[in-house]
Amino acid sequence: MTGEIVISARDLTKRFGDFTAVKAITFDVMRGEIFGFLGANGAGKTTAMRMLCGLSLPTSGTAQIAGFDLATGSERIKQNIGYMSQKFSLYDDLTITENIRFYGGIYGLTDKEIKDKTRQMLGTLHLEDQAKTITKALPLGWKQKVAFSVAMLHQPRIVFLDEPTGGVDPVTRREFWTMIYEAANSGTTVFVTTHYMDEAEYCDRVSIMVDGSIEALDTPLKLKEQFESSSMENVFIQLARKATRSNA
Amino acid sequence: MTSAIQVDQVSKSFVSGKEKFTALKEITLSVGKGELFGLVGPDGAGKTTLFRILTTLMYADSGFATVDGFDIVRDFKEIRKRVGYMPGKFSLYPDLSVAENLAFFATLFDTSLRENYDLVKPIYQQIEPFEKRKAGALSGGMKQKLALSCALIHRPSVLFLDEPTTGVDAVSRKEFWELLRGLQDAGISILVSTPYMDEASLCDRVALMQEGRVMGINTPEGIRANFAMPLYAVRGKNMYRLMQQLLKLEAVESCHPFGQHHHVVFRNSSMSMEEIRKMVIPLDDDMEISRIEPTIEDSFMALMNQ
Repeated sequence: MTGEIVISARDLTKRFGDFTAVKAITFDVMRGEIFGFLGANGAGKTTAMRMLCGLSLPTSGTAQIAGFDLATGSERIKQNIGYMSQKFSLYDDLTITENIRFYGGIYGLTDKEIKDKTRQMLGTLHLEDQAKTITKALPLGWKQKVAFSVAMLHQPRIVFLDEPTGGVDPVTRREFWTMIYEAANSGTTVFVTTHYMDEAEYCDRVSIMVDGSIEALDTPLKLKEQFESSSMENVFIQLARKATRSNA
Repeated sequence: MTSAIQVDQVSKSFVSGKEKFTALKEITLSVGKGELFGLVGPDGAGKTTLFRILTTLMYADSGFATVDGFDIVRDFKEIRKRVGYMPGKFSLYPDLSVAENLAFFATLFDTSLRENYDLVKPIYQQIEPFEKRKAGALSGGMKQKLALSCALIHRPSVLFLDEPTTGVDAVSRKEFWELLRGLQDAGISILVSTPYMDEASLCDRVALMQEGRVMGINTPEGIRANFAMPLYAVRGKNMYRLMQQLLKLEAVESCHPFGQHHHVVFRNSSMSMEEIRKMVIPLDDDMEISRIEPTIEDSFMALMNQ
């Protein structure tokens, strides 16, 4: 990790009618950092993430993402970030190779680059024999590994992962985190949400959202000290229980 | 004793084009009356297929099963009267209100909310303030509680819950499991599936499932006790480098990250703590190591590798 800031949010706020989904969140994320973005269901994580990805404009506040201003550079932001989620990542009816080619094309890679990347990616993931397999037929864990690699195709400065390991078996879940570590080691910033509290421990720093605000932000070690807890699960539960927003 | 659910050698496969996919391979298990039984396993383990077969929505290719003493093929009508089923995907009517959905399911079973209010009350009262809201406009947590209320409205003897806590945050998950304990106290037998290994410890017994097979059935304590090798938790300053170095050691059988520690098994189970310390202390400036009891997730991974 270097001292270079790649995400800088200042008082970022999003209102829908009279409902404030995200309330003036302010934080920085460094180059090569693994940043855990936690919160209970309904705390505002998805809305905040959509703004950071340039998909939704803030009602007020500012943010610099990968060197571009959210207000004026949302298209440039999208070119410099990668994104995957549990719910949507790859096209089920395309083969793995076709998915890689499709996303490579979207991100403006040349045919030769796409060809090289495809060979390299299938080799790293030991999927050479599955190149022509319809994505739908892959076990979820493999699919998520392919989806992560595809999100990294264009060597983005930041990759956003929205619950990437939900429902994945425990061995593959750990292999997935090895890929996250490798990405971070090579300088990509990883911004990740999860409901697995052990995964919160793998992050360099963790923020916890409650009712639209960031209520805590620090390294897992410091958060545990601050909340006198033995685990991140206890820290999370202490904070999330304070929520008053209706999510009954 | 009759069991709530009896599954004997049930298999199921699906054919799509030229490919044949085996979803369940000779599953055998039984759930006792009043038991809270968990099917624990990742996506693709076959949990949903087993639920669909037991709730009489799909035929097995082979094998037998009974629910509440009734045969799932011959007595399907009897079974449908007595089971409550909450599918993994939200399946209520989005255009009906909360109260209308509940009234609809009550009518299907020739009963009413009033008749069974005591049973659904702990769950339903949390969404009652929104009873005029359309089901499609509810938050995820509220949808889940409405679906559970609808599954309970006819006072089922056996309740099937397919991944009720997937994608749900740690606090809401805890509350949901407290609700399940309450239903168990009311005499309902429960079969619940989950991909979260930590939830296995909240069940009376669990079946660990992977790729259509049952890898083991036991109490949570029994599953932990079956982990044969001594297990150690290690922790250092640079966890990523520490893991890479541990995996390079000849003596290390396996090393998996578990939150703030790595869990390590050594090939030679009779090594003393002194010998182990000598070997691992030089790997990190700030090394801590201690012997620990395995978790369900340790056991699950060990079974996966067998």
